[in-house]
Amino acid sequence: MADDALVTPGDALTLRTGWRSVAGDWASDQRAFKSASWGKAMMWIFLLSDTFIFSCFLLSYMTVRMSTTVPWPNPSMVFALRLGGTEIPLILIAIMTFILISSSGTMAMAVNYGYRRDRVKTTLLMLATAAFGASFVGMQGFEWTKLIREGVRPWHNPWGADQFGSSFFMITGFHGTHVTIGVIFLLITSRKVWRGDFDHGKPGFFTSRKGRYENVEIMGLYWHFVDLVWVFIFALFYLW
Amino acid sequence: MGPTTAVVQATAAAKTTAHAEGQQHPIRLYLLVWGWLFVLSTCSYLVDYFNLQGYPRWFLILLLMIVKAGLIVGVFMHMAWERLALVYAILVPPVAVLVFVGIMVFESSYTHFTRLIFFHGGP
Repeated sequence: MADDALVTPGDALTLRTGWRSVAGDWASDQRAFKSASWGKAMMWIFLLSDTFIFSCFLLSYMTVRMSTTVPWPNPSMVFALRLGGTEIPLILIAIMTFILISSSGTMAMAVNYGYRRDRVKTTLLMLATAAFGASFVGMQGFEWTKLIREGVRPWHNPWGADQFGSSFFMITGFHGTHVTIGVIFLLITSRKVWRGDFDHGKPGFFTSRKGRYENVEIMGLYWHFVDLVWVFIFALFYLW
Repeated sequence: MGPTTAVVQATAAAKTTAHAEGQQHPIRLYLLVWGWLFVLSTCSYLVDYFNLQGYPRWFLILLLMIVKAGLIVGVFMHMAWERLALVYAILVPPVAVLVFVGIMVFESSYTHFTRLIFFHGGP
C-alpha cells in the first residue's frame, strides 16, 4: 500500500547517527523525519507552535508582574484552602498537579498497551486518563468560582496588582481549554480502540485514513504536552 | 540513586526494545518516571510550604521545573528515542523564547523604573 510506504521508516537506507545525522536527514530527499510518521511529526510541529503561544502568555505575565509598582497578591495565600479547620497554602493546586501527572502516567501506559494490541487495557487506561482530566477541569472550575466570589476580576482583585486577575484567567483558562479538548479527543480515540478500529484499519470518519495504534501515541503526545504546560504554569505562576 | 541515573539505566534497558513496532518500552520505566514526577512535584510544593524565599526558592523552583519537563518530554513523549533531526527541530526553536525573556526583563525593569519616578516620586 502506498499509505504504508509513507509510514514505515526508511529501513532500506542505512541511517547515520549522532550530530552528522541531523545534516544528513535534513539534506536527504523526500523526508527529513526518518523515524517519525507524518502524523507524529505534524503533532510535534503543532505542539511547538502551541509552546510559543503559552510562552507568550507566560512572558506577558512576567512583564506585567515585573513592571507593576503595586505588590503582587501572594499565590500561596490566594489559593489556600481551609481543610479540617486549618488553612493549607496552595493545596488545591498541589492536588491538581498530582492529578495531571497521574493522567500522564496512565496515558503513557495506554500507548504502551496499544502497541501490544491489548484493546481492553488501552481503552481502560485512556478512560482513566480522561477521568483524571475531567476532574482536573472540575477543580479548575471550583477554583475559578471561588476566586470570582472573592471578587477577582480581570481588571481588579482585593489583594494587590490588578494584572493578577487578567494573567490568571488568561493562562489557566487557555490551559483548561486544552485539557477539555484533550478529554474529548481521549473519549473519541478510546471508543475507536474499543471498537477495534485500529486492528482492522477502519477509515476515520473525518479523514478516511486507516487508523493505526500510532494514533494513540499521537493522542498521548498532545496529552503529555498539556501536562508539560502545567509544569511551567505551576512553577512560574503559582510558585513565583 | 538520583532520578536521572535511575531513568538513564531504565532507558538504556528499554533502548533495545524500542522501534520493534512503534514505541515499546517496559511498563516499569513509565511507573518509575511517574513516581519521580510525584516526588519532584512534592518537592516543589514543599518549597512553597516551608516558605523559602530569594535565590534558593528561584533555584529550586526552576531546577525542579526543568527536571520534570525533561522527564515528560524525554520518556513520556518518547523524545529520547527519536532521531536527532526531529529532536533538534522541536527543541531548538524554544530557545528563542529565552532571548524574548531577556528582552522583556530589560523592558519591564525600564517600565518599573519610569513608573516609580512618575507615580511615586523616585526609585
